[in-house]
Amino acid sequence: MIDVLIVGGGGAGLRAAIAVAECDPTLEVAVVSKVYPMRSHTVSAEGGAAGVIGVDDTLDEHCYDTISGGDWLCDQDAVEMFIAEAPKELIQLEHWGCPWSREPDGRVAVRPFGGMKKERTWYAADKTGFHLLHTLFQTTLKYGEIKRYDEWYVTRLIVDDGRVYGAVAVDIRTGRIETIPARSVILATGGCGKIFPFTTNAAIKTGDGMALAYRAGAPLKDMEFVQYHPTGLPFTGILITEAARAEGGWLINKDGYRYLQDYDLGTPTPTPKLRSMELGPRDRLSQAFVHEQHRGRTVETPYGPVVYLDLRHLGEARIDARIPFVRELCRSYQNLDPATDLIPVRPVVHYMMGGIHTDLDGATPIAGLYAAGETACVSINGANRLGSNSLPEILVFGRRAGVAAAEFARSHRQAEAPAVQAQGRDEERRLTHLRGDGKKGERIADLREEMQHTLEGAAGIYRTGDVLAKAVDSLAELRQRASEARLDDSSTAFNTELLNWLELGCMLDIAETVVACALNRTESRGAHQRTDFEQRDDAGFLAHSLVHRAPDGSPSVGLLPVTITRWPPGERVYGR
Amino acid sequence: MTTYHAKRDHLWFLRNRTYTVFVARELTSVFVAWTIVYLMLVIDAGGPPSFAGEPWMIAINVVAFAATAFHAITFLNLAPKATVVRLDGWRVPAFMIQGGNHSAWLVVSGIVAFLVLKGV
Amino acid sequence: MTDTAETIRQQAAARTIRLEVARYRPEQDGEPVFQSYDVPLMDDWAVLDGLNYVKDRLDGTLSFRWSCRMGICGSCGMNVNGEPRLTCGTFFTEYGDGPIRIEPLKGFPVIRDLVVDIDDFLVKLQHVQPWLIREGEELPLTAEYAQTPEQLEAYKQYSMCINCLLCYSACPVYVLDPDFLGPAAIALAQRYNLDSRDQGDRFDLLNLDEAVWGCTFVGECTRACPKHVDPAEAIQRYKLTAAIRSILPWSRR
Repeated sequence: MIDVLIVGGGGAGLRAAIAVAECDPTLEVAVVSKVYPMRSHTVSAEGGAAGVIGVDDTLDEHCYDTISGGDWLCDQDAVEMFIAEAPKELIQLEHWGCPWSREPDGRVAVRPFGGMKKERTWYAADKTGFHLLHTLFQTTLKYGEIKRYDEWYVTRLIVDDGRVYGAVAVDIRTGRIETIPARSVILATGGCGKIFPFTTNAAIKTGDGMALAYRAGAPLKDMEFVQYHPTGLPFTGILITEAARAEGGWLINKDGYRYLQDYDLGTPTPTPKLRSMELGPRDRLSQAFVHEQHRGRTVETPYGPVVYLDLRHLGEARIDARIPFVRELCRSYQNLDPATDLIPVRPVVHYMMGGIHTDLDGATPIAGLYAAGETACVSINGANRLGSNSLPEILVFGRRAGVAAAEFARSHRQAEAPAVQAQGRDEERRLTHLRGDGKKGERIADLREEMQHTLEGAAGIYRTGDVLAKAVDSLAELRQRASEARLDDSSTAFNTELLNWLELGCMLDIAETVVACALNRTESRGAHQRTDFEQRDDAGFLAHSLVHRAPDGSPSVGLLPVTITRWPPGERVYGR
Repeated sequence: MTTYHAKRDHLWFLRNRTYTVFVARELTSVFVAWTIVYLMLVIDAGGPPSFAGEPWMIAINVVAFAATAFHAITFLNLAPKATVVRLDGWRVPAFMIQGGNHSAWLVVSGIVAFLVLKGV
Repeated sequence: MTDTAETIRQQAAARTIRLEVARYRPEQDGEPVFQSYDVPLMDDWAVLDGLNYVKDRLDGTLSFRWSCRMGICGSCGMNVNGEPRLTCGTFFTEYGDGPIRIEPLKGFPVIRDLVVDIDDFLVKLQHVQPWLIREGEELPLTAEYAQTPEQLEAYKQYSMCINCLLCYSACPVYVLDPDFLGPAAIALAQRYNLDSRDQGDRFDLLNLDEAVWGCTFVGECTRACPKHVDPAEAIQRYKLTAAIRSILPWSRR
């Protein structure tokens, strides 16, 4: 019997695993991941991780930046705790060998970042997530007690009478279905960007953990808040990190004009100014792009309208020293050199602020079930996450969830519930019948694309009530059609078609919650902008959306008040 | 789990140019060895052995000289891989290490030639 | 893929390129067989885009790994026209009118189609102790170990390994002798050996016939590496270190 079962082998999951192993080496801890841990999407994070270390910086300033950046939808007790613990976690990573970029005297270097009033973003060139993930993964290898289920896919949580008892998972390589009993479970499966057609997210980001929790009866929170990152490469959606702007890059429209000055984001200066212009928050920058498009000041390309990111004035040496990966990506995937060419960019779905509702320890309302990282919503990101807060988030909450789940496992030592094996057998029957069942329905890819376009049309940067209402119906109908999708592959060995179909099911559930929450929130706040309700409405919506799965499978949305401690709601001011 | 294991490919060195060049270079070691054997014969006899003037012997030694020179040059060119030299954080580029090696080789060869030819 | 995928497919209908894909379905194939698919020949498509087109439109039973499609997760390594490549960063334009032959990475057991078993590497990686080894008291979580940019530079290159295993596939030693520790694992051992913060000693793990001395310095690993890690250099450097230490037992590193 596993004491702590961790689903997901990215930053949050691995940090949790180490926390459990350090808490109590006698505990059985296992990491189940649908890809080898070092393939997890943490690997793609580029810019950096925020943590206060500068002598001129304070925890309160980082709190204020985060809370105002989140348009006052963050729980302030969570933010305060998070920001106090973030520097310790970043130092812990340093002690484990993370190759942070350095000052000449040997101290860790920091850089500016969007929406941050001080320079506090630690970085490892522009492959911060890559280095962080590999450092964590390699460090887990030191702990022999961490058991791994590489390339296993969890299809169901076993929950009985309000408590989790383990999970059912498929060994992707052999198709074997196994019930894994566990005293506590941590979901650390990351985000769900793949519900949209154009995203920086990797193929694996299909919201599996969110769907597992939601189906098991745990509520999801703030699902309408989807972050568009302002600078993605057209076609591929590859992210060009915010660090490119932090190092001095400019966003210009088709006339070569730094258009952000027209959107209350400050006045242009030759060198970057904190919380101003290109270093404004991501929601505001992505919204400015849409207005530029409506004014006809973007450039049309076969892959949609773009503006340009101009790094030419930084020079080759600085680009190579600070953002070499940007250059590598542009050369390999866009066939241009940022030292001499403009980079075409457009807003791209990047991050899910919402997720599984948890408390400060990552605990969900289901006893023994925890969540951490992008899949969870504590909430510290509110209505818009600041760049470089997500890497410390996976560390801080990965560790906290690990410690809490270990404690839960130690204090709940009773034998497994009878429901466990019964539920496991049910799930095994369901999955066995699915594989290559000979149905001649629609292709998975067609259904997936239709869902993605529905989401983009209804829950993009700007939203309106009637389009959202139509999307509710479209998604319900898609869910029906998906249940009869065509499955050709009857093999048990590495059946990725079955996997894609299971992922599609997760994405459809999540997509429904996004649309339902967006429809319910009749105000505009942060990344959620309603053209039919343009103002922020603190009287009605200074509250989290909390969505449960109703018995008929449809989402049911309620509200939960935001925790305000020291920063009463105010105006978001950038560049003035 | 059934997996497929590819059969051992006995002609692997013909599948790729780099592999072929690699194997060819390894084979030049035979001539390096011969050169040493011949040198010992020369030392033992206190001069060129009796068969040194035979046409087939000259042919072998011409080939051996070419192969040994090729082996030596490629060996010295590979040296920067094993010796990374940093001066005050600046990494000495490969061509300088290679150039240094070849220069040293020339100097040593010159000294040997001087000592040998002096006695002629 | 983007929201305009459909439009692009329509525009592309005229030109196609043939992909010859190795199929291995353990339930029905004794050994891999090739299956051909014609996919749109798009200037900005990578080989991976072609495979995804096959999976999504032509044949749902084709299996392969991929994830980030930006050359950093290391999932999509395959043999393309005989060379180990990351398929997300290998573009159709390189191959003219084709055909393009796509096979699983050489040197590993094939699980299914283009998917290989890499567990052997994970065992080897763990074996070289790829973590920071410290002796004595740890610093508290309020202070970092100082490391100058020059000290960082000394190992940085070897920390760039994405574990894509193209180097193993390119290495004739590994393909002939699976016991060889191999390029990436040794490069990652060197990543920690050369880190100014590390106090460990991996001599006994590396100074072995199946470790650094197994390498015959073909150099193909370095040529195959998409991240310029230069594992061949890492190995030769350790050979020199190991040789010096064997002669001078008191010297370190």
